[in-house]
Amino acid sequence: MPLTSSFKLEVPAGVRRFLRRHPRLTRALERVVLPIEATGKKIVFGCRMCGQCILHETGLTCPMGCPKTLRNGPCGGVRMNGHCEVVPEMMCVWVKAERRSRWLPWRRTIVRIQPSLDWSLAGTSAWVNVLAGRRGKETS
Amino acid sequence: MSRPAPFVRFEDALRSGRAVVTCEIASGDSADAGDIVRRARLVRDHVDAVNVPDNTAGIVHVSALAASAILVREGIDPIMHVTCRDRNRLALQSDLLGASALGVRNLLCLTGDHMIHGDQPDAKPVFDLDSLQLLVLASVLRGGRYLSGRAIVPAPDLLPGATENPFAPPYDFRPQRLMKKIEAGARFIQTQITFNVARFAAFMKGVRDLGLDRRVPILAGVAPLRSARSARYMQERVPGMEVPDAIVRRMEQAGPERTRREDEGIRICVEIIEQLREIPGLAGFHVMPIHWEEAVAAIAERARLRPARATLAAPLVAGVLDEGPRPREHRA
Repeated sequence: MPLTSSFKLEVPAGVRRFLRRHPRLTRALERVVLPIEATGKKIVFGCRMCGQCILHETGLTCPMGCPKTLRNGPCGGVRMNGHCEVVPEMMCVWVKAERRSRWLPWRRTIVRIQPSLDWSLAGTSAWVNVLAGRRGKETS
Repeated sequence: MSRPAPFVRFEDALRSGRAVVTCEIASGDSADAGDIVRRARLVRDHVDAVNVPDNTAGIVHVSALAASAILVREGIDPIMHVTCRDRNRLALQSDLLGASALGVRNLLCLTGDHMIHGDQPDAKPVFDLDSLQLLVLASVLRGGRYLSGRAIVPAPDLLPGATENPFAPPYDFRPQRLMKKIEAGARFIQTQITFNVARFAAFMKGVRDLGLDRRVPILAGVAPLRSARSARYMQERVPGMEVPDAIVRRMEQAGPERTRREDEGIRICVEIIEQLREIPGLAGFHVMPIHWEEAVAAIAERARLRPARATLAAPLVAGVLDEGPRPREHRA
């Protein structure tokens, strides 16, 4: 089974190049997009604005809601009832992610190895980052 | 300074094809190296490698790196636990390099228990990486690069391993998560403590279906219970642990007398090992005696677990052990 995702957001190279060449335009775009993105994703997914959104690969569940911010699956401390070891009243983010991902046609993406976060992108717009091709460095 | 040579390498034991046995010792709770040495000597003749935990449950102990280096001086091949709770990626890289320089080769890459269960819950959780990303980091270092891409010459000699907990939900996802860890560079696996053999067998079925048992050696975690109280504590208070009622009841029936309840705990542990032996795909056992290192010898003997070193000639053992500086003997 390949671990590479079968569903990956690919932006035309032209768009990426254009936005990179025009940083002021990109910043302006971000100023418009950021409040919409932040509010929308916050309400719907409890977004933490890591700037490197992988919602679509984790069963539309934000992994940053995990107290250990695990982006690669559940820790070994999940309680028998599926709740978090740190916040006992909260359902484990990854139990939810795994359950929800079964409904997605691209469910295999949940086993893709997520690279470490690029903390310099925290608070920025993940959408603009995707458009401009700014993303966390692939560690592998 | 030359690198101290590990006595019997854990990797050699893994490659030998025979059942491998490892155990964990409690890390020192003071500035006394003798305490670590004393615990290590209780188990050294019964195991292939000794795990050194890294601030288990978020309670501060002697650093795993220091304790591992002490074990290397003792001629023991340590498996150093590395967690992401207390260190960011810079600290992790320098610790891994330092470990290799001190002759510590085997790593158990963990995310780490959250400090909320420890005695300093006010500390800042780091979790810059997770266990998967830590495995990737170890593999990158092994390949002679820092995460930045800068070259390391010579590259550290590391054997990264990982854990998996078959007893925590989502159960169906656990074998897949193990596959992810192997893809990320895990070269051996040690599992959480097994009390529910049926659950473990189901997990191993998933593992075999993915062909993972043929890719890395998997050591099943086992532990002896010491009392009905500790059994109940594990059942109720330790997230990610599954202790069936039947086992708690057996410990209760053993009564409060120390020798009887301890004997029952070891008997249960040996029975679990015997049951696990029936499950295909296991490479050995990992004993977690939880501050009860004396039990390891009894378990190893009753379950007929033998380390590779037992087959070596005695004079060679003495010769290697006498080499180099040794920490002060702890006299109780």
